[in-house]
Amino acid sequence: MYKNSINFMLLFSRQGKLRLQKWYVPLSDKERKKISRDLVQTILARKPKMCSFLEWRDLKIVYKRYASLYFCCAVEDQDNELITLEIIHRYVELLDKYFGSVCELDIIFNFEKAYFILDEFLLGGEAQETSKKNVLKAIEQADLLQEEAEAPRSVLEEIGLT
Amino acid sequence: ADVIATARWTNQRRAALSQRKEAYAYMPAVSKGDGMRGLAVFISDIRNCKSKEAEIKRINKELANIRSKFKGDKALDGYSKKKYVCKLLFIFLLGHDIDFGHMEAVNLLSSNKYTEKQIGYLFISVLVNSNSELIRLINNAIKNDLSSRNPTFMCLALHCIANVGSREMAEAFASEIPRILVAGDTMDSVKQSAALCLLRLYKTSPDLVLMGEWTSRVVHLLNDQHMGVVTAAISLITCLSQKNPDEFKTCVSLAVSRLSRIVSSASTDLQDYTYYFVPAPWLSCKLLRLLQCYPPPEDGAVKGRLVECLETILNKAQEPPKSKKVQHSNAKNAILFEAISLIIHYDSEPNLLVRACNQLGQFLQHRETNLRYLALESMCTLASSEFSHEAVKTHIETVINALKTERDVSVRQRAADLLYAMCDRSNAKQIVAEMLSYLETADYSIREEMVLKVAILAEKYAVDYSWYVDTILNLIRIAGDYVSEEVWYRVIQIVINRDDVQGYAAKTVFEALQAPACHENMVKVGGYILGEFGNLIAGDPRSSPLVQFNLLHSKFHLCSVPTRALLLSAYIKFINLFPETKATIQEVLRCDSQIRNSDVELQQRAVEYLKLSSIASTDVLATVLEEMPPFPERESSILAKLKKKKGPGAVSVPELDDKREGGELNGGGDRGPDTASTPSPSADLLGIRSAAPIGATPTSTGSLLVDVFSEAGPAAPSAAVNDDGFLRFVCKNNGVLFENQLLQIGIKSEYRQNLGRMYLFYGNKTSVQFASFTTTVSCPGELQSHILSTKPVEPLVEGGAQIQQVLNIECLTDFSEAPLLNIKFRYGGALQNLSLKLPVTINKFFQPTEMTSHDFFQRWKQLSQPQQEAQKIFKANHGMDTEVLKAKLLGLGTALLDDVDPNPENYVCAGVIQTKGQQVGCLLRLEPNGQAQMYRLTLRCSKDSVSMRLCELLAQQF
Repeated sequence: MYKNSINFMLLFSRQGKLRLQKWYVPLSDKERKKISRDLVQTILARKPKMCSFLEWRDLKIVYKRYASLYFCCAVEDQDNELITLEIIHRYVELLDKYFGSVCELDIIFNFEKAYFILDEFLLGGEAQETSKKNVLKAIEQADLLQEEAEAPRSVLEEIGLT
Repeated sequence: ADVIATARWTNQRRAALSQRKEAYAYMPAVSKGDGMRGLAVFISDIRNCKSKEAEIKRINKELANIRSKFKGDKALDGYSKKKYVCKLLFIFLLGHDIDFGHMEAVNLLSSNKYTEKQIGYLFISVLVNSNSELIRLINNAIKNDLSSRNPTFMCLALHCIANVGSREMAEAFASEIPRILVAGDTMDSVKQSAALCLLRLYKTSPDLVLMGEWTSRVVHLLNDQHMGVVTAAISLITCLSQKNPDEFKTCVSLAVSRLSRIVSSASTDLQDYTYYFVPAPWLSCKLLRLLQCYPPPEDGAVKGRLVECLETILNKAQEPPKSKKVQHSNAKNAILFEAISLIIHYDSEPNLLVRACNQLGQFLQHRETNLRYLALESMCTLASSEFSHEAVKTHIETVINALKTERDVSVRQRAADLLYAMCDRSNAKQIVAEMLSYLETADYSIREEMVLKVAILAEKYAVDYSWYVDTILNLIRIAGDYVSEEVWYRVIQIVINRDDVQGYAAKTVFEALQAPACHENMVKVGGYILGEFGNLIAGDPRSSPLVQFNLLHSKFHLCSVPTRALLLSAYIKFINLFPETKATIQEVLRCDSQIRNSDVELQQRAVEYLKLSSIASTDVLATVLEEMPPFPERESSILAKLKKKKGPGAVSVPELDDKREGGELNGGGDRGPDTASTPSPSADLLGIRSAAPIGATPTSTGSLLVDVFSEAGPAAPSAAVNDDGFLRFVCKNNGVLFENQLLQIGIKSEYRQNLGRMYLFYGNKTSVQFASFTTTVSCPGELQSHILSTKPVEPLVEGGAQIQQVLNIECLTDFSEAPLLNIKFRYGGALQNLSLKLPVTINKFFQPTEMTSHDFFQRWKQLSQPQQEAQKIFKANHGMDTEVLKAKLLGLGTALLDDVDPNPENYVCAGVIQTKGQQVGCLLRLEPNGQAQMYRLTLRCSKDSVSMRLCELLAQQF
């Protein structure tokens, strides 16, 4: 069976705090917590010069540290490690461009934006749009829409629940 | 530079960041886009909590606040609702449970304010709730957005479906999305989302996504002008091609021409799809991956164009870099590695294979650890191709050096894998020696695997067996704790089967045992080998019988119970080999610590061996304690163990080139306790054979004598009936019916008269739960064997767990079809479907019948109508060893009659098959012809259909 390219993506700090998690395979909440805990520990225990790939359970982990944040993707055994590393980098670039010199705090305080950007870039664990311009255009457009939006109507009214 | 360098921060940047930090600390409402001040304040509060308790307190306060807001009489405006939903999401992402707010989030979906809708969708995507009422509302909102013709709303809805991907959503939207995907007026961004959304639905519910009429238009998305559309669509096409290669095969030529255009484009042609001077690296990798779903193109022109592309990729990888950035080289090399994967997949272009190998060779000493790692990994597969095996071998020194000097254990592991893969007769001694010396300092995490690999290579490439024995004993000395029983069983098997090495083995273990502290596994091997072959070195006064005995016995008290038991057996063998040791050994056996040992096994052995040595005559003793007969040759169980550890693909490289007989797997080698009644010329006193656990409790220890791994293969995605396991159970009742990377199915069954009971054991081999686990048994065709009752199994099988199911069976009349077992479950997101033939065969209902020669031939003549007889002449598929044949015939369920056939080489059997309605008498005659390696099998039964069926079944057993 064809499997997901990216099974999940985790962002965590050097202190092991999870900053963003995106799961592309169905897993229970319990399983997700266990995986995050295991993986954060494993990666934090590695030394800086070590290689960016490791076998973990039946997956391949590709990770890279950017300043205080670790970005980590779990991909299938037959997936291409280097291109996954550049998936991570492109995401970092997108965050950086959007926030303007992104730092961990931006991701903490604007976590929803980090998710929106990720959804424009990757969908269902596959690259949807690799052009930096196009992804950012979509996000900027959304920000613009907000400003133009008219006054809200009652939401309940709309779906007929009141 | 707009890129974050890994650690280097410009001063400017640092200043900007410290400013930001202050901003977040003192005035939290600086978030970009639309600020939600309340959210920023809350996040800031949480960050300022000094302890976990304080954090929980703050969260509980906030939850109470939000709950009261949601329950309050005053209708909340969209903004507040959005803010509170977002806070709930934040709390959930911190790791706390959230049990309300879903309805408010669903309400947001219908907002016409984009950001409110967006937050609603985000909440739903992260916290899916299977509440059916909500799903209906969510689907309703999605439906509205999909039909809104507003591309941004459509994209949000598609993202949500792709993120949740539930079956309910597939049911609601699987037919709509292909339409959106191929419609001429759909915006590019919507097409991209639609393609990947459809892919997600196809993965979770393939039965609901019907491409049919859309196939050709989807394939043609590969030609789309918009690179983003191609990038998204190709993931979908790759998945569909894997499942329906024929329907999608037109994608091959399209993919080749697209790839060719990208590869030959200048680095600026593709504008924003060029990444650090590399044109469209993601799309290139995906195109190369798609091509790996197919064999090389048949069309010469397409093939030529593709080979040209691959050559260009190899050439470009050699060009001087256009940028010093690691991103440039990573993107370029990602394409190179994917191209090499395709070259290996085709395995038909010797030039490309050798070139690939040479270019990887340069990476072996690259300063980037990542490249060294990948080169080692990729070379492992190149080593398996006949075209590049020799080219890989030229790098042996570099790889050995990597094993010694790499600082990262995962890289050393790859180096060890590659050494294993490149090993052949010409370099085996060097590689084994290097691996042995590496073992002395190897990381604990990889020792066991290394030990297995050394053991396999040593056995496979042993030209002289003394080298083999030395290697294994070294292995035990260096890494005794990691030497599993398979390994030391195997060295004993080989020593027993090869008389040219027995003397050497005895001498070597004797020397190894001299070491003051030797590993318990060494004592086991030593005890066994001296017990069998100690006589071969007894001539030397330095290793006289008593010296040997004293040496072994000096280790006795330090050993565990199983090893002591083995040593006791070695002692009784000594009494037979060296009568002069009898008195000494009897004295040892007689002492209280043996004969009154609190361990039952030890006590029993001491008592019985003492008695045996006192009352049996020398002749009887010599018969009982005779040298072990050779073990049947079979697949090395250590290889099987490695396969199991690494998955079947991983060890395909050094398959035994001197193909050992694959036979003897079917019951012949399976000498567990329940076939122990087989008359054997020598009892298995040392307990190695009975140490084999019998099939039905498939534990992870594995065993030398029960080959449970013989058919590890990838999971069967479709329900094509798998009947490989079936034939192995004709002559036995217990064992492993099926095994792949996910699941192991063990069987234990018993039959009496026309009734039977079968226990099925389903073991989850993964660490992940199997969901919706169901099994159904059906009886096709004229099958009259009745499955009386099956209890449904639990729907969840936890990772590593095993569940059991019982089938009660009644044979109503004779039959030839076997019942089918269908198993369905979800692993990860994927539905697994598996059909197996259950090994219920007519012979299971045999009652053995003893009879004299006279009676036999009288009945034989009575059954002389032509249709009552079935006969087959066939070539032996397995060895023709007498004991194995006897064991199989007994396993069949008939009585094996001695002194009936005038030719002692032949076998005759008799039995009665019990069905509910009638009894069917059966006579069997098997005539082996050792010279021609052929058999003639004749069956005569009182019912013709039974003769036919038994003949078919049995002809595949010998």
